[in-house]
Amino acid sequence: MTSKLTVVVVEEDRDRALAIVDALKDSCDCDLFVIGTTSGLARRIAAHAPDVVLIDVDNPTRDMLEELTLASGPLERPVAMFVSRAAGGLAQAAIEAGVSAYVVDGLKPERLLPVLEVTIARFRMFRQMRIELAETRRALEERKVIDRAKGLLMKAKGIDEDAAYALLRRTAMDQGRRVAEVAEALVTASGLLR
Amino acid sequence: MRPVPLPVAYMPLVDAAPLIIAQEMGFAEAEGIALDLVAAPSWSSVRDMLAFGRVDAAHLLSPVPVAMAMGLGGVSTPVSAVSVLSVNGNVIGVGRALEQALRAQGFGFDFADARAAAAALAAVAEGPIVFGVPFPFSMHVELLRYWVEHTALAGCGIDIRTVPPPLMAQALAEGDVDAFCVGEPWGSVAVEQGAGALLLPGRAIWAFAPEKVLAVRTDWAETEPHLLGRLMRAVWKAGRWLSHPESRTTTAEILSRPDWLGVPAEVIDRALSARFIISGRAEQRQVAGFVGFHQGAASFPWRSQARWIGDRLALAQGLPRGAARDLGAAVFRSDLYRAHMAETDADLPGASEKLEGAIRHPTAIASQKGQLSLLQDAFFDGRIFDPSRID
Repeated sequence: MTSKLTVVVVEEDRDRALAIVDALKDSCDCDLFVIGTTSGLARRIAAHAPDVVLIDVDNPTRDMLEELTLASGPLERPVAMFVSRAAGGLAQAAIEAGVSAYVVDGLKPERLLPVLEVTIARFRMFRQMRIELAETRRALEERKVIDRAKGLLMKAKGIDEDAAYALLRRTAMDQGRRVAEVAEALVTASGLLR
Repeated sequence: MRPVPLPVAYMPLVDAAPLIIAQEMGFAEAEGIALDLVAAPSWSSVRDMLAFGRVDAAHLLSPVPVAMAMGLGGVSTPVSAVSVLSVNGNVIGVGRALEQALRAQGFGFDFADARAAAAALAAVAEGPIVFGVPFPFSMHVELLRYWVEHTALAGCGIDIRTVPPPLMAQALAEGDVDAFCVGEPWGSVAVEQGAGALLLPGRAIWAFAPEKVLAVRTDWAETEPHLLGRLMRAVWKAGRWLSHPESRTTTAEILSRPDWLGVPAEVIDRALSARFIISGRAEQRQVAGFVGFHQGAASFPWRSQARWIGDRLALAQGLPRGAARDLGAAVFRSDLYRAHMAETDADLPGASEKLEGAIRHPTAIASQKGQLSLLQDAFFDGRIFDPSRID
């Protein structure tokens, strides 16, 4: 059992796939393949006869891989999802990081460990980036709404920008809501009244 | 009092309605719970979220808990099906190439006769027909296999491949699959996209097939009996509400929202009203009882239904059938259903097993309140599944 591990990464996003491959290359001795397109996924994976398949939990094509877990699948050797057998902590970490792995039954855990640790770390980073991006977008959206609400108040009440913002903030505090929520309610209401 | 939050995973499908309606129409709140519904990208993801504790309950394909108990498919955390969320609700369809071949043969697409549809397909097939299904452990697969085994299609055979329903139209276009069996709204979506035509509703093969179940981890059911009871009652009340014809329009409107299915209400309404547009030629077909949430004790988890599923999985995988039936029966928890539904006005059947396929007409049965009748549950070929006999 000293032969190289064959690892298949299923990932449509080229940059993400490359990042995972680079990280894995540095840390373990394995043959890596990336599959980007989804058509005929199970067959393509089977053609590589991999020891490990890595795929994003959020990828809907994951269900195609479930076929491989059936003994009668094209791989002709049982594939099991590691999570049911590997150490509990590792499985949990993988699920939380958003990675699911399928491994050939009987693969020694110590051979799998480095591959998984690196992948989990990468996925965590992706997830963090995704969350940050979403938060930045939301903050931008909120800024826009607050600006519009300020504009409405300034026009309706003849007050300056600072006073308009102070009014929004005070209302938010009184009602136990966020400034952005109050601003949004105001913008919606004024749209209805127009 | 603040409602207790309860995370539940689901796939965005018409038959997730009992969970969505329980939350949206206040049935959950009335039981003192708030369903935190988590939409999943795949069935494997639903199963894993449940198995690893990300959620406490899930909308699950009825064969999945049975397969898990049999050790198939990797994850083997003990899971219980505490009620049936829906019966029937699948459609079988064909891609453009097969549709044209069938029309050339003069096939009428009656959307009713399973035997005739199989004979017509067998006549035009040039080898095994490749069917796309959402998941390897699903009623879709079981219905297809049963249909093929007992019709002219046995001669040419079929291949079954897993294709996520949102990608089915693409798989048909690229020739990866020739035909499909999916849950609504995906069949109607395929018709809308011009990808193919609908051939049969699932119930033309088995008239009362348990499609989705409400599943929980078995240990959670034991440690949180009160929460489980509230969840089951909220979902049962939602199912009863769904069974009223006047709820239909509201249901289609709610499900169509981007937060839930994000599919036009008109397309969702086809499954709820059982009036289908089956092809690009706007041919309409009506199916009584296309999908059921309540009538005929639809939510009762019959142990015999699970024995049938276990039996079929064992046959396909070459495993001992008796053991598989018993494992299945232990997973469909009619005992928990009885315990938790006692305080509702649900009428409970006297028995927990029945001869599957024996009911040809709505039939009154022995029940606690004496008001229960079961609906037709026949298989298309008239066979009867006896849960206590292996032949």
